Amino acid sequence: MFVTNLAILVVSGFLGFAVISKVPNTLHTPLMSGTNAIHGIVLLGGLIVLGLGTDLGAFTKLILVVAIAFGTINVVGGFLVTDRMLEMFKSKPDPPKDAEDGSS
Amino acid sequence: MTLATSFLHDQDFIDILYIVAFGLFIYGLMGLTGPRTAVRGNRIAAVGMAIAVLATFLFEGMGNWGLIILGIAVGTAVGVPSARQVKMTQIPQMVALFNGVGGGAVALIAWAEFIETDGFDGLKLTFVIPSLFAAIIGSVSFWGSLIAFGKLQETIPGRPIGLPGRGQQLLNLALLLVAVACAIAIASGSTAGALMVVLLLAAAVLGLFVVLPIGGADMPVVISLLNAFTGLSAAATGLALNNTALIVAGMIVGASGTILTRLMAEAMNRSIPSIIAGGFGGGGAIEGAVGAGEHGGTVRATSAADAAIQMAYARQVVIVPGYGMAVAQAQHAVRELARELEKRGVEVKYAIHPVAGRMPGHMNVLLAEADVPYDQLKEMDDINPEFPRTDVALVIGANDVTNPAANTNPQSPIYGMPILNVNQAKSVIVLKRSMNPGFAGIENELYFEPMTSMLFGDAKASVADITKELAEL
Repeated sequence: MFVTNLAILVVSGFLGFAVISKVPNTLHTPLMSGTNAIHGIVLLGGLIVLGLGTDLGAFTKLILVVAIAFGTINVVGGFLVTDRMLEMFKSKPDPPKDAEDGSS
Repeated sequence: MTLATSFLHDQDFIDILYIVAFGLFIYGLMGLTGPRTAVRGNRIAAVGMAIAVLATFLFEGMGNWGLIILGIAVGTAVGVPSARQVKMTQIPQMVALFNGVGGGAVALIAWAEFIETDGFDGLKLTFVIPSLFAAIIGSVSFWGSLIAFGKLQETIPGRPIGLPGRGQQLLNLALLLVAVACAIAIASGSTAGALMVVLLLAAAVLGLFVVLPIGGADMPVVISLLNAFTGLSAAATGLALNNTALIVAGMIVGASGTILTRLMAEAMNRSIPSIIAGGFGGGGAIEGAVGAGEHGGTVRATSAADAAIQMAYARQVVIVPGYGMAVAQAQHAVRELARELEKRGVEVKYAIHPVAGRMPGHMNVLLAEADVPYDQLKEMDDINPEFPRTDVALVIGANDVTNPAANTNPQSPIYGMPILNVNQAKSVIVLKRSMNPGFAGIENELYFEPMTSMLFGDAKASVADITKELAEL
């Protein structure tokens, strides 16, 4: 199982390089923010350890609740901030509003 | 238990959902690489995340629901408003903070695992080693990101802080060795709880000490690097927990963060090791400052009216935005000015340096917010040949990226960094609050050149003044 996972790890690394090496400069900040949101997936780790743990100590539970809160902040905040940034790149579908600079 | 529910809790079903989730991550990331598909790409990745979380809820024997909901509720209550309300200029700090909490989560999970397994007692090394790796890197990333946040927010001074000479590096090396020694002790069977605490603390202090000596100008590179670190630590957590979604997502972030870090470092002509070694804006900046003193203050100040006249009769104006524009929130005013100039038949272009602002693409985001047409934004290599035929280069709060010392002065700490060759334009108008040097702490020779005139004041107010004067011409 470990070796299979290791293989997945290596392939994912190359996939990451391949997908991302072709990004225009303009999108670097949103991309960084977007990938930042994706590593919020550690939230799953917190869920699994807390959810499947039996007889967890009070301190461990506390740590894990904080970990889940952290992971959630990472995920929710990350995607929202990226979305806000990207909203600005949306092609403007309202030419009537900007009609006056049609001349430029 | 009915057939339907047992099917839902089947491990294969959960794993298939995970595959769907990371498929969506990859598809979403591909979307994020193009301006037209980016919004959708981000949302697709978010859907993938929702599926991954829901799939995790289906694990056979999930419990502690109250605490899980508590954690998610707290995280949402903190994350949503901070993401909604953050100003666009503060995005780099916010990314640092979100990245930090991710790293913190990784470290905490590893710690919890350690406690609950009585110090990884009798567990296989294939579990123990990734967990220890995750604990160290997660802790470094958390504390390092907090310092990066503090420096960008300017609650911590942006200048390098640390022991002189090699002292800091030796201390950092010692801290790393302490953390690794603890890890080795734990991996070889020791179960003392104190070992894990020392490991986390040593990694925490290491995170603080690695980022503190790095100058504010290098902070985007550092955030990107820490972003990659957090990704790798998430992948390690995935190895320990045998969770494919974590492995794939974490590793892709690790790979992308590494590329982005290298691109940023290249744009600044800095190598990643030299950034980590720290001290940018330290010794070199002092030399630069001494050099600037020799100019003896031949700075020419101008007025909004003069600037307006100069630009009104220009054929081509190139606007060079920098962090000053972001701070002053001047992007809408700049757009207005450009409209006014275009009405008079002046060609307006924007020169975007790859590291203008505090992050690559920072200026594009702000200008896009102000509805600046995409095709007017020119990247450095496209605009540099145009400066000799440019009548007026309007520099709005950009400093280091226009400093000719990067081309001419081998003593300068930014020597070799590709810059916008603003000094080749027929005339240069610089909007600036004061003569204070830029973020890297280096004096800019451009301001002392004969074709340069300075318009002091808040960038937004200055731009608005010029626009008003233009309208009245």
